[in-house]
Amino acid sequence: MSERTVSSQGPGVGQGDGAMPPSAVGRDAELPDSTDDLRQASLWSDAWRQLRRSKLFVVAAAVLLLLAVMAAFPGLFSSISPTESGNCQLANSKIGPSGDAFFGYDIQGCDHYANVIYGARVSMIIGLVVVGGATLIGVVLGALSGFFGGWFDVLMARVTDIFFGLPLLLGAIIILNVFSSRGLTQVCIALIVLGWPTTLRLFRASVISVKDTDYVAAARALGASNGRIIMKHILPNALAPVLVYSTIAVGGIIAAEATLSFLGIGLQQPAVSWGLQIGGGQRLIRTAPHIILFPSVFLSVTVLSFILLGDALRDALDPKLR
Amino acid sequence: MARYIARRLLLAIPVLFGASFLIFAMVFALPGDPVRALGGDRPISEAVAAQLREEYNLDDSLPVQYGKYIAGLAQGDLGTDFSGRPVSEILEQTVPVTVKLALVALAFEAVFGLVAGVLAGIRKKSFFDSLVLVSTTLVVSIPVFVLGFLAQYTLGLKLGIFPIAGVASGFTGYLLPGFVLAALSLAYVARLTRTSLVENLRNDYVRTARAKGLTPLSVVGKHTLRNSLIPVVTFLGADLGALLSGAVVTEGIFNIPGLGRAVFQAIQSQEGTVVVGIVTLFVFVFIVFNLLVDVLYAALDPRIRYE
Repeated sequence: MSERTVSSQGPGVGQGDGAMPPSAVGRDAELPDSTDDLRQASLWSDAWRQLRRSKLFVVAAAVLLLLAVMAAFPGLFSSISPTESGNCQLANSKIGPSGDAFFGYDIQGCDHYANVIYGARVSMIIGLVVVGGATLIGVVLGALSGFFGGWFDVLMARVTDIFFGLPLLLGAIIILNVFSSRGLTQVCIALIVLGWPTTLRLFRASVISVKDTDYVAAARALGASNGRIIMKHILPNALAPVLVYSTIAVGGIIAAEATLSFLGIGLQQPAVSWGLQIGGGQRLIRTAPHIILFPSVFLSVTVLSFILLGDALRDALDPKLR
Repeated sequence: MARYIARRLLLAIPVLFGASFLIFAMVFALPGDPVRALGGDRPISEAVAAQLREEYNLDDSLPVQYGKYIAGLAQGDLGTDFSGRPVSEILEQTVPVTVKLALVALAFEAVFGLVAGVLAGIRKKSFFDSLVLVSTTLVVSIPVFVLGFLAQYTLGLKLGIFPIAGVASGFTGYLLPGFVLAALSLAYVARLTRTSLVENLRNDYVRTARAKGLTPLSVVGKHTLRNSLIPVVTFLGADLGALLSGAVVTEGIFNIPGLGRAVFQAIQSQEGTVVVGIVTLFVFVFIVFNLLVDVLYAALDPRIRYE
């Protein structure tokens, strides 16, 4: 839900493309190469150097790496699988955290630690697939719309207007209701459908600001085709704001999936998802608050890490902020 | 100015039709037969089913259904749900509740968000500034429903300060859900105000105002805050969508009988007309609100003038 508004949060996001184009730097032999620093001062290598020095980036990246390993190999963290039979004993129902079960047991008497560990997978998959898909669509259409303008641009402006009129969650609820069975694929489709217009707007704006630069005019004067100009000159220089936005958006999408599953309209049981676990614990908030607590903490830390990663990326990619 | 508003209104028309058709088409495509679902365990006789289908235009093709719906809309008829209750009646009952909730949320955003943003902005890099930065980052990363439970558990159940559900106790019932609904936007408002204030305080006219010997209050209040509010006001307009989405979750958790809960219930029982009616209303409010915001620009910043 925050996903739509994040772009307005950082006034600096749109200016990240003001630095020297990487493609132009490599060829320019006139540059003094007395120091390594000057020779490698392209936007991306510069940003990478800046990033490695940022504590925030290192911490966020470490947490996300841990979560990624957790998503890929949950067995490394928990010897119990929540979907395996025989692991849930109803006698253990709603017992709080103890030495045997760090996070206690859920209402079915399943080990809650295993539940929470295995829940990372769904969140990571949905976050990355949705943002990847939406960014791809948004960047392609945004490049066409910003570079060529004309009727296509007008059409895209109206289409995105319509999508911006639909609040994310309400749109997702309506789309998900169209499907008779709802799972990972359906949730991804719904969120991609609603996510691409923001990327399109953002990328279109930065394409337009790059389009009128001297190096694009120079490339055109040298006889470069439109395709070459877009791929070699515009794309690398206009991508920074979208990259920052997309990183932060992964967090927003993960929160959106959890919200939908919590409302009962996203993933369905027996899927293992933090949103479902929180939804299941809703009625037990008085008697067994630990059922809600642990998945909530994991969910919030995941979202926070993506936001911090995006913040660090923005600081690194925007020379004005230094 | 009038021409600008007229042009914006004209541009809003295709958006409104596009959004409502999109929603209508998707609701139409919902699987299952709503008439049969209405009967539950006891099947409805063919004759009754046929009459119901006729009454609700369920046998027509999609464009025809949409046309009939729009024709009714033009006459102020939003249709009825399947138990014969007019959608306008549902709106009458739920709109005031959601408007109250949204106003409480807006008040929280405006008061706490602006104060925190201004205090952080005038004392850049102070302890309070860092506190605002850290706490807003935390709030932004906690999903609304998690925050809702957190507030419900600590402030409602453990400390017993606020009622945990419903609006039976009147105004106090709105405070906690209003705060939860506002939390996310409040964080953005605080940050935007801070950034914008810090940027504007660097301007020459601020230095001139200070040199003239104006009090710090007057420098910030009169010379800087007004134009610093432009991005904040834009944000609030665009944020209305998030507020309406948040209302579905917040009203669900705190059991508030408003529009958000009505939408959710209507979708689950496949009450197409109710969903389309309410969501179209949402979209309309959203568009009008954004238009208002654009007009407000000019009032806030004399440098901006529309043709």
